[in-house]
Amino acid sequence: MGSILRFRKLCFLEPVKSSSHDEKTKSEGKKISEAPKIDDQKTCQSATTLLLEEKAKQKKQKKIPREWRCIDSCCWTIGYLCTTWWLLLFLYQCLPANLPGLRAPEPPGARLRREGLTPLHPVVLVPGIVTGGLELWEGRPCSDGLFRRRLWGGSFTEIFKRPMCWLEHLSLDNETGLDPPGIRVRAVPGLVAADYFAPGYFVWAILIENLARIGYEGKNMYMAAYDWRLSFQNTEMRDQSLSRLKSKIELMYVTNGFKKVVVVPHSMGVIYFLHFMKWVESPPPMGGGGGPDWCSKHIKAIMNIGPTFLGVPKTVGNILSAESKDVAFIRAMAPGLLDSEILGLQTLEHVMRVSRTWDSIISLLPKGGETIWGNLDWSPEEDHVCASTKKKHLKGNSTDSRRGFQELESTNYGRIVSFGKKASELHSSELSTLNSPKQVSLSNGNSQVPNASCGKVWTEYDEVSWERISKIVENKAYTVETMLDLIRSIAPKMMKRAEAHFSHGIADNLDDPKYDHYKYWSNPLETKLPNAPDMEIYCLYGVGIPTERSYVYKLSPSGRCRSNIPLQIDSSAGGSQNGCLKGGVYFVDGDETVPVLSAGFMCAKGWRGKNRFNPSGIHTYVREYKHKAPANFLEGRGLESGGHVDIMGNVALIEDVLRVAAGASGVEIGGDRIYSDIMKMSEKINIRV
Amino acid sequence: MTALRRRKGKKPQNSEPQSEENKEKKSNETEECSNTENLNLNPGCSSSSSTSSSSSRRRKWSCVDSCCWFIGCICSLWWFMLFLYNAMPASFPQYVTEAITGPLPDPPGVKLAKEGLQAKHPVVFVPGIVTGGLELWEGHSCAEGLFRKRLWGGTFGEVYKRPLCWVEHMSLDNETGLDPPGIKIRPVSGLVAADYFAPGYFVWAVLIANLARIGYEDKNMYMAAYDWRISFQNTEVRDQTLSRIKSNIELMVATSGGKKVVVVPHSMGVLYFLHFMKWVEAPAPMGGGGGPNWCAEHIKAVMNIGGPFLGVPKAVSGLFSAEAKDIAIARAVAPGVLDMDVFGFFQTLQHVMRMTRSWDSTMSMIPKGGDTIWGGLDWSPEEGHACSSKKKKNGQTSGHNKTGDLANSVRIKYGRLLSFGKDVADLHSSEIEMVDFRGAIKGNNLANITCRDVWTEYHDMGIGGVKAVADYKVYTANSILDLLHFVAPKMMKRGDEHFSYGIADDLDDKKYDEYKYWSNPLETKLPNAPEMEIFSMYGVGIPTERAYIYKFSPATECYIPFQIDTSAEGGEGGPCLKGGVYSVDGDETVPVLSAGYMCAKGWRGKTRFNPSGIRTFIKEYRHAPPATLLEGRGTQSGAHVDIMGNFALIEDIIRVAAGATGEEIGGDQVYSDILKWSDRIKLKL
Repeated sequence: MGSILRFRKLCFLEPVKSSSHDEKTKSEGKKISEAPKIDDQKTCQSATTLLLEEKAKQKKQKKIPREWRCIDSCCWTIGYLCTTWWLLLFLYQCLPANLPGLRAPEPPGARLRREGLTPLHPVVLVPGIVTGGLELWEGRPCSDGLFRRRLWGGSFTEIFKRPMCWLEHLSLDNETGLDPPGIRVRAVPGLVAADYFAPGYFVWAILIENLARIGYEGKNMYMAAYDWRLSFQNTEMRDQSLSRLKSKIELMYVTNGFKKVVVVPHSMGVIYFLHFMKWVESPPPMGGGGGPDWCSKHIKAIMNIGPTFLGVPKTVGNILSAESKDVAFIRAMAPGLLDSEILGLQTLEHVMRVSRTWDSIISLLPKGGETIWGNLDWSPEEDHVCASTKKKHLKGNSTDSRRGFQELESTNYGRIVSFGKKASELHSSELSTLNSPKQVSLSNGNSQVPNASCGKVWTEYDEVSWERISKIVENKAYTVETMLDLIRSIAPKMMKRAEAHFSHGIADNLDDPKYDHYKYWSNPLETKLPNAPDMEIYCLYGVGIPTERSYVYKLSPSGRCRSNIPLQIDSSAGGSQNGCLKGGVYFVDGDETVPVLSAGFMCAKGWRGKNRFNPSGIHTYVREYKHKAPANFLEGRGLESGGHVDIMGNVALIEDVLRVAAGASGVEIGGDRIYSDIMKMSEKINIRV
Repeated sequence: MTALRRRKGKKPQNSEPQSEENKEKKSNETEECSNTENLNLNPGCSSSSSTSSSSSRRRKWSCVDSCCWFIGCICSLWWFMLFLYNAMPASFPQYVTEAITGPLPDPPGVKLAKEGLQAKHPVVFVPGIVTGGLELWEGHSCAEGLFRKRLWGGTFGEVYKRPLCWVEHMSLDNETGLDPPGIKIRPVSGLVAADYFAPGYFVWAVLIANLARIGYEDKNMYMAAYDWRISFQNTEVRDQTLSRIKSNIELMVATSGGKKVVVVPHSMGVLYFLHFMKWVEAPAPMGGGGGPNWCAEHIKAVMNIGGPFLGVPKAVSGLFSAEAKDIAIARAVAPGVLDMDVFGFFQTLQHVMRMTRSWDSTMSMIPKGGDTIWGGLDWSPEEGHACSSKKKKNGQTSGHNKTGDLANSVRIKYGRLLSFGKDVADLHSSEIEMVDFRGAIKGNNLANITCRDVWTEYHDMGIGGVKAVADYKVYTANSILDLLHFVAPKMMKRGDEHFSYGIADDLDDKKYDEYKYWSNPLETKLPNAPEMEIFSMYGVGIPTERAYIYKFSPATECYIPFQIDTSAEGGEGGPCLKGGVYSVDGDETVPVLSAGYMCAKGWRGKTRFNPSGIRTFIKEYRHAPPATLLEGRGTQSGAHVDIMGNFALIEDIIRVAAGATGEEIGGDQVYSDILKWSDRIKLKL
């Protein structure tokens, strides 16, 4: 049987005949007398008479044709689909590139070129966290054949093929925050490092293309790719990334006729470049030894896109429970999916373990403490109205932005983590009374902690006792400052490692010699800007998208492996009076990742004018881009998007960057451009500047 | 089964109206059936009887049906294989190879890592001509959608999709040798520029992988990618490539704790780096202003792979008639294919010629040193070379019978780089009647504007000119230059500004500060860096083009008027003459003489070309073709590009990069007659 089947599959010759014959004899036997049918049979019979003798031998095998037909039709379907697909593909290829109907709007680069813009200042692009590609240079045996292939960025095929191997290679060492022995994963160099994150998902590509349209090319454009998993100083220790950046800027300065560079950092790249500016002027060995005038000599402007100057609240959710809005949402929709142990997958735990070895994440924790982010009963954004944001979102202009907020109670954004929705809403004086007996009994009931039962997934929660966690929960509400203590208590090793590299406070006296240490360099509230009065600093960011600001947490339902991540966002908490609470997350205005406060405060107030953070009076500009969802499908990710990454395709932003690169100053491109309440919020922050 | 049902469900719609016609059609179908019966390929026929209700409907789509079935079958099979391939553990091919051929030797990187070697000196790669990728930064409308896509290197998909557009973009301006207006093609930067030339065809990848094994990574390896189409000085003028290389070397020396770099140039990169070494020490603005000790302070060793120091004869034929051995053979095998005018625009060779003639860099490889190096009409340094024994040498491992058949082999006059007609190539110089072409009037145009827009300078040259060229009969390295000046005056005018092919009498002459001399080793002094080492590493044991026999093209409208005479074979030339090409020992592209002479003699010891006495080493690698198909391009290859995968060569490079000196890796390693040949060259040192 089997051999016959195979034979048929291979040649399609005689089996066909035989089957037809079998069927025929069968139908004859049944004496079905449909006229056309029989005619047909006859014709066929005449056609196949030659083979009749052979087939007579195979009469008994009547079942085979049926089976064969199934495979046959499968093949037929596949073939049909393939052919159609190819045909369409072929037609698509033949399509003239600029079909009138599909014509994309003119890119800003082309328009500005007609205006006569030409490249003047070299451009340095500094990518942010996650968007840069990482490739393998040396690995364990399981990563055979991946030499110089991308582990991060690109198509991510390796995650599916060998997930554990992939995780192992992307993790860093727990103790040092550097490579584990025997593994070398390095940043992809060059423009390809972050032009596309994954095929078709642009990051810098659009900006690069538009810059190229006015004449930029490889010699006056440089992507300062670095390993975004490491702490900033470690990128210099291990890869000399900062030295490389310095050398490239100097080279471009010289080869382009002594034109200063325009730096365009994005997301975490913003604080990376802040670190660089301090590093380059500091004396060696800790710094780059460029001398006190290096920045003023080499840098014309810094155009920070979606800057994370004061940190991102999302990071808190990430560190506490490896989840943010999206993950919490998935958990609400399909409980158990992420925690399922059926496949031996402990997705979140693994994610947490890997991401906790990355020092750079700590650089994104909110900085400035309660002064900036608010305390238990106060926060700079407290008047924010989310419902109207929604409307703004859709309409595109802000006529009704402050309608009807007086009847609403203000949100306690200052409580960045609270346990239970109630705890997030009550006044602070009532908080202590809220110790509900139910919570206490819960903590008593589950006093034994499953210890090493959960495989080899290492999150520091293993080492935190249940009592400690229940105590954490009893505390109810955490501000930014107490939240840091919270993280220190649940992840002591990670914080010890990372706090050698980052600091999250506010400096009282910036001339204190302790601030010469590199751990302060990436915190704008603990460093002075360089002495470069001609330099300009821009804060370019999107507004009009609800952005995570604080979280409502709960204890995870107890399960076998509960010890791994005992906390999770309470996605059932929703619908506060002003609509800012959704799925356990309080939202505020921002670009979906960075709240307006973090992105805009330094340019709006912290550095405005001559002050102690900005002793030379560098000009700052706030340029906001209101989010507008793509109007139709053809626009892709939108030409006026304000999303944290999608803003890199925002036409207005690109135009601003191009104009500055071509020589315009901040005033010439229109100075400040503000849609949000950033000025009001900044006023409320009581900080000595 | 659901699929089947869907199929059934679909069909009635289009077959219902035809059901009445079925009866009329029956007779036709009968024929159909019987026709296809011979082929035994009519499933419709068979299936018609199988399902009782839809038998007639089946018939309608039997042909399409079987096509679809067939495609589906292939696709499924393909996917299945692909799936298996993907599911296959990565070490599987190696396992199979080992099972068949026995245990493979460790790649040199692994072997040396076990020995304890570690990354020490930063490494700089300088790719050669053709192997570096080029990408589009700005183009005409026909190149839409290709922004930052590779036009050169990679899959070359665009060559087939829009050949004319491609040629237009790859060409440079005839006058300036720079970008034509509105087009910007730039070199790909980074290691990816030349690790693979095309998918699966490695250039530097094997070397990079092996260096990574002992700890090299991006921070201490640098690919000095440059636009190999334009002249060396223009790479600095347009892209500041030389400044970039300087800055990167300085950075790598600084960040690796003051360790000097090891430079590994390949092919034309050798000349490029020669140019760089002069440029970097020359004062600004013409040079890089690095000061007279820059090379001594930053460079530990220059390990030239297959360096065409004195040029490549192939370049002559390339410029003269856009063909080399391979093309000549293609023409012999299938005459007409390359000259086809079928498509109206398909004048392949002419297009190639027009494109390559706009590339200044090809002129850097015209043979240098004239008759002194390459031989005169009746003399050449390689003249005792016997080709037949080489064949044997290939198979065996040592060439002890080299001198055996030397006596009876005829002395081939390699000095005559170009001769018109085979008989002329063999005659003694006194018997040749040479009519000087230099003064010849070019006469009226050969083919005026009939040849569309293909621009080769042959159009400006009349029949008279062509005839004059052929009447001169025989060209040596000196007169070749005159010839090229005659047939392509514009190109050579451009080239003369950037390259020079002579031998300096007095190296201290002020004129040699001009950058056009920098890439000619016979007209420059090496830098003052007594601790530096220069290696010349190249393959031997492959017949390499050395001299050509030409003939007129069959007269047609507007072709290149000359082509290699592929009918010239054997005869007095012995086995060295094949298809109109005299070959000599080398690495298939660069003859031994060009690759080895400078290190064997020109720079050996303290000479006027090497005033500080930089030590030179010759490392030859005998070609051994891959033993089995599984070896790919071989681990002992000596061919010009394949040598980059030669284990012995890689090991030498890694050892030097890890700190060894030339003596420590064994000093000279010579298989060819290079030392004997060098002695025959009378050059004042």
